[in-house]
Amino acid sequence: MKLDAQIPSGPLEKKWDRYRLEMKLVSPANKRKFHVIVVGTGLAGASAGASLAELGYNVSCFCFQDSSRRAHSIAAQGGINAAKNYQNDGDSVYRLFYDTIKGGDFRAREGNVYRLAQVSANIIDQCAAQGVPLAREYGGLLANRSFGGAQVSRTFYARGQTGQQLLLGAYQALARQVGTGQVKMYPRTEMLDLVLVDGSAKGIIVRDLVTGAITSHSGDAVILATGGYSNVFFLSTNAKGCNVTAIWRAYKKGAAMANPCYTQIHPTCIPASGDHQSKLTLMSESLRNDGRVWVPKKRGDKRPPQEIPEEERDYYLERKYPSYGNLAPRDISSRAAKEACDDGRGVGPGGLGVYLDFADSIKRLGVNTIRERYDNLFEMYECITGEDGYKTPMRIYPAPHYTMGGLWVDYNLMSNIPGLFVLGEANFSDHGANRLGASALMQGLADGYFIIPSTIGNFFAHNKKVCPPTSHPEFKKAEEEARGRIKKLVNAKAKGKKTVTMFHRELGKLLWDKCGMARTEQGLKEALKKIPAMRQEFHEGVIVPGQNEEFNQSLEHAGRVADFLEFGELMCNDALVRNESCGGHFRVEFQTEDGEAKRDDANYSHVSAWEYQGPDKPPVMHKETLAYEEIKLSQRSYK
Amino acid sequence: MNLKLQVWKQSNGSTPGQMVEYQVKDIMPDMSFLEMLDVVNEDLIKEGKEPIAFDSDCREGICGTCSLVINGIPHGHRERTTVCQLHMRHFRDGETVTVEPWRARPFTPIKDLVVNRSAFDRIIQAGGFISVSTGQAQDANAIPVPKVDAETAMDAAACIGCGACVASCKNASAMLFVAAKVSHLGSLPQGKWEKDRRVWNMVKAMDAEGFGNCTNTGSCESVCPKGITLNFIARMNRDYAMAIFKAQSGEGFE
Ligand code: FES
Repeated sequence: MKLDAQIPSGPLEKKWDRYRLEMKLVSPANKRKFHVIVVGTGLAGASAGASLAELGYNVSCFCFQDSSRRAHSIAAQGGINAAKNYQNDGDSVYRLFYDTIKGGDFRAREGNVYRLAQVSANIIDQCAAQGVPLAREYGGLLANRSFGGAQVSRTFYARGQTGQQLLLGAYQALARQVGTGQVKMYPRTEMLDLVLVDGSAKGIIVRDLVTGAITSHSGDAVILATGGYSNVFFLSTNAKGCNVTAIWRAYKKGAAMANPCYTQIHPTCIPASGDHQSKLTLMSESLRNDGRVWVPKKRGDKRPPQEIPEEERDYYLERKYPSYGNLAPRDISSRAAKEACDDGRGVGPGGLGVYLDFADSIKRLGVNTIRERYDNLFEMYECITGEDGYKTPMRIYPAPHYTMGGLWVDYNLMSNIPGLFVLGEANFSDHGANRLGASALMQGLADGYFIIPSTIGNFFAHNKKVCPPTSHPEFKKAEEEARGRIKKLVNAKAKGKKTVTMFHRELGKLLWDKCGMARTEQGLKEALKKIPAMRQEFHEGVIVPGQNEEFNQSLEHAGRVADFLEFGELMCNDALVRNESCGGHFRVEFQTEDGEAKRDDANYSHVSAWEYQGPDKPPVMHKETLAYEEIKLSQRSYK
Repeated sequence: MNLKLQVWKQSNGSTPGQMVEYQVKDIMPDMSFLEMLDVVNEDLIKEGKEPIAFDSDCREGICGTCSLVINGIPHGHRERTTVCQLHMRHFRDGETVTVEPWRARPFTPIKDLVVNRSAFDRIIQAGGFISVSTGQAQDANAIPVPKVDAETAMDAAACIGCGACVASCKNASAMLFVAAKVSHLGSLPQGKWEKDRRVWNMVKAMDAEGFGNCTNTGSCESVCPKGITLNFIARMNRDYAMAIFKAQSGEGFE
């Protein structure tokens, strides 16, 4: 497998301009002859679908939700970064670029990240023009806040619903194109496979989730914008439907999967309340600006928090990271919470929680100020837990939230399969080993609005136009295979004892324990032993009620879990061979004396891209060396 | 706690449905309503029976997917709460709870508690946008927006498109949904240029989908999980009247 990142030569700040100057164009009259398939309608997919249709391409858009407006981007709370420097506080494209590379623990590509920072400003312009109600100052200009420990105020936001408003902006742009007929929309339709013709991505196989009909769709190129795989852990902050299926199917057709072990565990989520828990809810990390994190000093201390005197509390973030304190970055705070709980000092049900205490801030600023700042979050906390965070400390615990790994793409956002493009969280390219707050929305929209419209044209202009009919044997073959997989799932119930959810929970728990916040060689090897057995048990006897030819949610879930059961293994393999700690990937064996992540730049400054070899053969790992021309690597320190 | 559930079961759009009773045991007060249904479904599946189909995705009150009528009220009896955020601690031990789908002719049944809400998408496609293509925008601060207008726009834009307003209305009117979008875009300077056209086209699409008229009963406002108010309907009526006037007087739309 040849992995060429296709980064344009020349100085960093000229690369993207140069690319656009040198790229070939498709004439307006020819654009309408091309048909693009877009899977997923979150920020990346909806913005890509709308922008490509505006240019004159014919677009088919697919989503499993009942409406493209419901993709999981909608749940993002915090905000979106952009190097506008509206606040005159010293921000610049270079600074946003550098922060993103450093935050990613120096495991992302310079060229891609610089371009992301460059187009970030255009995103805000576009969104304002679309009517996204971003927060404003009294003078009528846009407001900013500082977010996720950044030293400048570059985050734009729409109350606590930034993702929702940006997504609705993209959804409306897409709807406008659906209205003109330039986009054909397929809601409640799930991609089951990718189809290659002569080595190029030429279409997909889908299942209509209402009728169960399995059909083929062909195009000149396929864009996957299908989000991340946090749900491999079962419990995560992702929506219930989020899954790995589309990118996993592409992987099995030859697309390289890059850095699957890079997952982000967010420190401020509401802890699980019992075994029935179906998902976890994130609370904005802005809470850490005024809340103090602590656990009792004594193990197994069951006293209510108010009865634990000050000197018997361990404010462990303040103790370990005196200069950043409660604002230490996500990966570091999450790990510290886990350590405290592993030490037997966790609070709440099962000892899986730490306190986030506002008592001092309330004393200092008054309850009204705290209410003004965070009332919606306190309300949400009370709605879910039934507890009043003003009176008693909140309980929080880390939860899987975002996945930096994904399909490998080059500078064009094209995978190693010609004609297969991957956007947003589904690709691996911009966040290295850890993503900074308010950068996910930025990347999704950068990819969809500003990058793919250029790069896909360049691809079309350089390649002969072939859009095979869906009667092509490759489509028929892929359809048959998809039907076969479904039949196997539906028939498994004859011997079954366990439901799909039971398997999913079991896999999630295993991965959370062995490939979650802290990983060890031994643990990963154990997981690698257990997963194949779990998979076998699943295929031999998972209970999937009903048939294919109907609306069947258990069957949908079964298909996704089948893929998670394969994907989880690759994730552990990736974590096992990366003998270093970086960002969200913490290998217990590789830490500094004071317990911090120890990177190994001499040996691991590369992207691990995995190539599928067939069902019974181990995958092969290829390395893309990360060449830093511009910046110097340094140790991240938050002490 | 233990409950008796009366749940609407219907195989698909072409077969009639009926209420079916389920006995539910050992429910924890910390569960959400949907988690309670998850537990019921897991037991049904293990017994080889068919689970209850219902829609949900984010389970944190923002995506607008969940859509259950509980004891006759869309999203249940808690104010400003989607059903995914409704917890069992708000029910009594031994209570009988009815669970039904959104009922309105334009929302055609799919299965059990799941309905098709694509009529909402078609209304947005008819005009719920600002016509600006990617790349055409000027600097975001070139057009200041008064803070009050931005806040009004945001109040309206908070709509999650769940359809509870329609489900609660005896006329199955979609006025609150349409008014929210018309008001969101119309209160911003960027959106005013196609204000008349927008309201005209969206109202036409709403009527074509078969949604009923608004008779000001206010039930939509009372069930809206996002607190969208009737004021927006008044605002839309004003905009619509203006559009009719312009159309009839031959002045033409902006
Ligand atoms: S499931 Fe998303 S709002 Fe209820």
